[in-house]
Amino acid sequence: MITTTPEPLEVAASPMERSLRRFRANKIGLCALGMVGLLAVIAVAFFVLDVLGIPWPMDPDATNLERKLLPPDSVNWLGTDNLGRDVFSRLLNGAYISLTVGFVAVFVSLFIGVTVGAVAGYFGKWVDNLIMRFVDAIMCFPTFFLILTAVALVGPSIFNIIIVIGLVSWTGTARLVRAEFLTLRESAYVQAARTLGQRGPKIIFRHMLPNAAAPILVTAVLGVPEAILAEAGLSFLGFGVQPPQATWGNIIADGKTYILDAWWLILFPGLAILIAALSFYLTGDALRQAVETRSERQ
Amino acid sequence: MTVFIIRRLLASVVLLFFISLISFFIITLTPGSPYPWGELNPKVSEDVKRIFREKFHLDKPLHEQYGFIMRDLFTGELRSIKDERPVLAKIAERLPATLALNLGALALSLSFGLLLGVYGARHAGRPPDVITSVLAFVFIALPGFWVSYLLAIGLVNYLAVPILGTHTIGVTFSNGLEVFLDRWWHVMLPASILAIGGVAVQSRFIRASMIETLREDYIRTARAKGLDENAVFYRHALRNSVRPLITGIGMLLPALIGGAVIIENIFAYPGMGRLGYEAVLERDYPTLVALNFVTAALVLLGNLLADVLYAVVDPRVRLE
Repeated sequence: MITTTPEPLEVAASPMERSLRRFRANKIGLCALGMVGLLAVIAVAFFVLDVLGIPWPMDPDATNLERKLLPPDSVNWLGTDNLGRDVFSRLLNGAYISLTVGFVAVFVSLFIGVTVGAVAGYFGKWVDNLIMRFVDAIMCFPTFFLILTAVALVGPSIFNIIIVIGLVSWTGTARLVRAEFLTLRESAYVQAARTLGQRGPKIIFRHMLPNAAAPILVTAVLGVPEAILAEAGLSFLGFGVQPPQATWGNIIADGKTYILDAWWLILFPGLAILIAALSFYLTGDALRQAVETRSERQ
Repeated sequence: MTVFIIRRLLASVVLLFFISLISFFIITLTPGSPYPWGELNPKVSEDVKRIFREKFHLDKPLHEQYGFIMRDLFTGELRSIKDERPVLAKIAERLPATLALNLGALALSLSFGLLLGVYGARHAGRPPDVITSVLAFVFIALPGFWVSYLLAIGLVNYLAVPILGTHTIGVTFSNGLEVFLDRWWHVMLPASILAIGGVAVQSRFIRASMIETLREDYIRTARAKGLDENAVFYRHALRNSVRPLITGIGMLLPALIGGAVIIENIFAYPGMGRLGYEAVLERDYPTLVALNFVTAALVLLGNLLADVLYAVVDPRVRLE
């Protein structure tokens, strides 16, 4: 006698599970995410070492004029700069600056962008019209020049740089959240919440925002490398985080004088910026593909 | 058609007003001394400060300052703090170089972006697409100043490509063609570097738009009636997915002009970006207000032209 056990009924996967499954299938995305994780570990580790005052592999700020402008060798793995400082140590030490600027600036811009977009999308009509014209106007400005102007006027410091980058780069998020909210507010559950007499803020934060979370997360991840690149550009022009603190941008800026003699001062910090920015972009893109519902129909 | 253009023009006037407000407040609301010599400089007497404040209307309330600055800007009376020359004249002399650089970069971004995007969409999901996609993100992630230095080393050492300024100094050319070619050579390198990110962004948009179009019913119809894949792809799908070429202008221009600040500095290119950087160093408020305003207005103009052009080409736009 053959007994057949009934096949277990397939439980319909939630959208979240389906997204996770799609993300896991994306090898490039996983590699990029791993790289982001590695960078985060490096940044945190070297921040802690810096605070504790443990110089490893060398003190990033210690000068040694006998060993200046040396190419990579067994002592200084990535060479030394014009003051004999170890480039490898400075690179590792600069990691947390880049990542801090990236994450915190994105947080600032998300906060503004989500609030503005939510208000515009929820209230619609003239509120929406006024806000979106303002957003359009900001989008006409050359972003980097606007950031440079503001940072130069308030004075370059890591706090100011973060605030300015955040204040300038929220428009994309605002547009996105607004578009999501314009569709969401017509949905049945929002209508129901309104019928039950719930108030605007509660509807926005409790019901609508969680449903727009996926695309917001994607723009957030894609915003990090923008901020990292903006900081590097500012540092390069001398309006970034001020020396002696090493950042990837200002190592290149200091090294440009020796461009024909010391290629390692330009090459390695640039590679660090490229790898960091690329990891975030690829992670963000993989996330976008994972949460995009349209690609399910393919 | 006329209604469409008039409506867009009116919207642009509103935007221009917002732009003027923003470019004014970015300067006045940021903390810091308005004086080019620093607040506590003991060598500057109170009288000098007073004269300075009166001259640039800094003793008036904000809304009056705004009025004065905008009036001066439009009458061409706004003068630089540094050399007291009219700001508009300073901008005007930089304009040709800036236009050459940014329009060159824009053209490169749009054309190579189109090629790369179409290639990606053509092989969607297969290895060539994956490679071009990753390549596009590498392009976006490249810091322009870093590429500039690497290329500069390579080009100066191995190829005799001119990299500084807009033209070769100290050489007189016999005819207009040579002058043009000389300038062309000089603008090539900075424009290409400026365009790297734009190519990538544009290719992503084109690719997405193509893939979207390929799912349309009329594409299925075209395939069903037996058209070969090339005809379907280039004649039917491509034409209907060039929208990002137009929207791309609006997205790319601000990034290009902003990025030009760094590139122009490296290549000693006398455009508006360099003027802006100099003004930033000197805390030259009038020039900064004017530059922010003029560049944003240029972007707005670019968008407007693109929209109108698009409405002329594609009748579906007017219905919106």
